[in-house]
Amino acid sequence: MNAEIRKIVAEHARLAVDVDSLADDADLYQAGMTSHASVNLMLALEDAFDVEFPDSMLKREVFESVAAIAGALGQLQQEAAA
Amino acid sequence: MGLRAGIDMASVEAVSESLREHGDRYLQRVYTAREIDDSHRGGTLDPQRLAARFAAKEAAMKMLRVAGDEAVPWHAIEVVRQPGGWVALELHGRAAELAAEAGLGELAVSIAHECGYASAVVIAETREDSRYWTHER
Repeated sequence: MNAEIRKIVAEHARLAVDVDSLADDADLYQAGMTSHASVNLMLALEDAFDVEFPDSMLKREVFESVAAIAGALGQLQQEAAA
Repeated sequence: MGLRAGIDMASVEAVSESLREHGDRYLQRVYTAREIDDSHRGGTLDPQRLAARFAAKEAAMKMLRVAGDEAVPWHAIEVVRQPGGWVALELHGRAAELAAEAGLGELAVSIAHECGYASAVVIAETREDSRYWTHER
């Protein structure tokens, strides 16, 4: 899952650095992602993983790192499967 | 009385790109129906106006001091065009709760767009005395 997330981050997060130079827990906002870019990232993740982030997950920490995104997507997929 | 301020800017090109890539989903997730209506110019959606509204929402988030683990959807902060042409902020849901918890009073917002960027400043009255100077004699 993390490889797919990294690909989407590279395409939509408008980072100032190569995402592959960042650790999974590196802060994407510190790496240059703007709040507006995080909207594009969210919509692209929804398309790719066929999920929808509810209002309760629209918080900065959910999109803060590759690891955080993976955790949130895992939670959404679990909820969808339940 | 004290004051709180928040400032932000947004790229008009980034908004145009979001409209091209995500279209209506982008609009519906970020902007309220009134904001979308107010962002039309001559019957066409104006990305400059949308960018200004996005900047105002983010400026308000800063003014509210929204923590990283706090969920405040973009719709909870609404920029409303006034009959005179200027804009005002309306807070809903969690944004309104945060404002109440912080004891905020009047809000003021100003937006501008030029050279490919939109910017916004939000100022709020607080109950606390935020003055850092004293009047010692």
